[in-house]
Amino acid sequence: MLWEALTLQLGYNATLVTVGAALLGFAAGVTGTFLFLRKRALVSDAISHATLPGVGLAFLAMVALGGDGRNLAGLLIGSALSAWVGLLAVSFLTRRTRLAEDAAIGAVLSVFFGFGIVLLTVIQSLGAGRQAGLEDFLLGSTAGMLRADALLIAGGGALVLAVVLALRRPLTLVTFDPDYAVARGLPVARLDLLMMGLVMAVTVIGLKVVGLILIVALLIIPPVAARFWSDRSDHVVLLSGAIGAVSAWVGAALSATAPNLPTGPMIVLTAFAIFALSLLAAPGRGVLAAALRQNRFRRRVHMRQGLLALAHGQPIYEGLTLRLLQHAGLVRPDGVPTEAGQARAARALRDEARWAELRAGPGNEAAAALHDGVRDIETVLTQDQIAEIDRRIGGPRGVPG
Amino acid sequence: MSALSLVPNADRVAADAAALRAPLAIRGLTVSYGQQPAVFSVDMTLRAGAMTAIVGPNGAGKSTLMKAALGIVTPLSGRITAFGAPVELQRHRIAYVPQRASVDWDFPARVIDVVLMGMYRDLGLLGRVRAHHRDFARDCLDRVGMTDFADRQIGQLSGGQQQRVFLARALAQNADLYMLDEPFAGVDAATEKAIIAVLKGLRDEGRTVLVVHHDLATVAEYFDDVLLIATRKVAEGPVTQVFTADNLQATYGGRLATQQIDRLPGAGA
Repeated sequence: MLWEALTLQLGYNATLVTVGAALLGFAAGVTGTFLFLRKRALVSDAISHATLPGVGLAFLAMVALGGDGRNLAGLLIGSALSAWVGLLAVSFLTRRTRLAEDAAIGAVLSVFFGFGIVLLTVIQSLGAGRQAGLEDFLLGSTAGMLRADALLIAGGGALVLAVVLALRRPLTLVTFDPDYAVARGLPVARLDLLMMGLVMAVTVIGLKVVGLILIVALLIIPPVAARFWSDRSDHVVLLSGAIGAVSAWVGAALSATAPNLPTGPMIVLTAFAIFALSLLAAPGRGVLAAALRQNRFRRRVHMRQGLLALAHGQPIYEGLTLRLLQHAGLVRPDGVPTEAGQARAARALRDEARWAELRAGPGNEAAAALHDGVRDIETVLTQDQIAEIDRRIGGPRGVPG
Repeated sequence: MSALSLVPNADRVAADAAALRAPLAIRGLTVSYGQQPAVFSVDMTLRAGAMTAIVGPNGAGKSTLMKAALGIVTPLSGRITAFGAPVELQRHRIAYVPQRASVDWDFPARVIDVVLMGMYRDLGLLGRVRAHHRDFARDCLDRVGMTDFADRQIGQLSGGQQQRVFLARALAQNADLYMLDEPFAGVDAATEKAIIAVLKGLRDEGRTVLVVHHDLATVAEYFDDVLLIATRKVAEGPVTQVFTADNLQATYGGRLATQQIDRLPGAGA
């Protein structure tokens, strides 16, 4: 059953839902990257919770007008309007009062969500509302989703994706260095607003699939996971989109395998699995890579200590140090340095002197912070920076043979 | 400019028009944070093809003046023109180097990516980064001695190297006016030399350079002109005429002892 769901063999409607969810996931991952890099990830939580009163009010309005209260497009428009009000409230509280953004988010999120829950309870008690299924908007459900609903979600996801990809350069510039972006004449305030508008769009079209409580996870987990794998923002954006798409695809398929399995939590758990894998296995920033680096570092420390001992003509007692030096052909089995060993020892000594000078002088805190006792200074400074240090410490010194 | 002039206002405006063709002309600029003016009614005219320093004590509004000129902070009042037109229309001719500490250096970007941000206009929204873009970005890195670092993650750079990357990004704009906010704060001696060499090179090509500067000892050595401010303008003009003990005393008040001023290179009494 799971395999059929994953490979889109559960019929036309299920296929449409899965593909729609994947597109939504891609759009969420891509949009979320800019939000995450702008350090405003939590604003999305306020936006998503602020959708709930809109859902309830739209339902009541459509019923009062004699229509079908469950019309998805109508519910989404209502949720977008109330999310917009929530966003304005956060922005007003942050700008016009002394409240910090996190406090404003907390206040707006809880008030809107509380009001939404009250509305939902009222609707449940009405005759017309009993089968409304509005509680699906809390945790997401693809069961019984109509073809038109799936098309709406897929189309919305594609539209958001197109806008973000078209504006990726200005968005990156604003995210990295907003002051510089203003000086370049970019409409920074409007781009920030657009970013929030896109987040709101992702939230609203994701309501039915992921649910408003967990949509924030689809905006934040993919970029955080993607960041482990790359140091380039354009790669992080695409990777984050891919992680969001895979999570949504697999999560939607998983929830299709059992009745009453909510879609949102399955998607979020899939995304978390990818995050956990990234945390462990990513090269560079991952935990395993860090452990391997630590081990390599230990051997380099021993090597460096050995070379400095050779340079100072001191005896070496550490077994590992001697083995490493011998293995590299720097000392003979009786502990006497070879010619190569003497040259390497002299270089190590010079490197030490340069580091000492660098750390003593002003203005190099960041480079000096990279000092770990084993790193060659050539990997940290430019040639003219090294030349300046050499000028201050004088010519190379000899080593005792 | 005498405060009580008998020349009619229209004539004064006409006389000022020439000055307004300067690379940067600021008239009556006031910026305040809350109800506390950081810059009060400052006029300044930048001389084309010169290197000018903005000098003053901490909190004197040096960076604020520069940010207001660029539209990063909104002034309460004042008129700003660049090359004879409102500054908003001339942004493509102005390159800004913000303070290094104003961005998060853990941002996922390589050195070359930051320099390519300077070429934002040439790249457009959707255009691909082509070989000639990348070559030009590498040229800019070469001018600040950072070619070998093009593929480094920016978080792995020293303070001086970060400053050089910011300068390279500005060079990639190929601008006529360069505005740098404290480019020598917390950088090593070699970087300071390298940056000054690049800036003097720009000036010798006829471009204009404006620097927020905090080291009084190097003003005379590095700059042609100086603007002394302490919220209000104290003086502006060539270093040889304006960088005097009296003006410094007026700028720094009691914060600068007379003996310190006497020891400053170029600060004639």
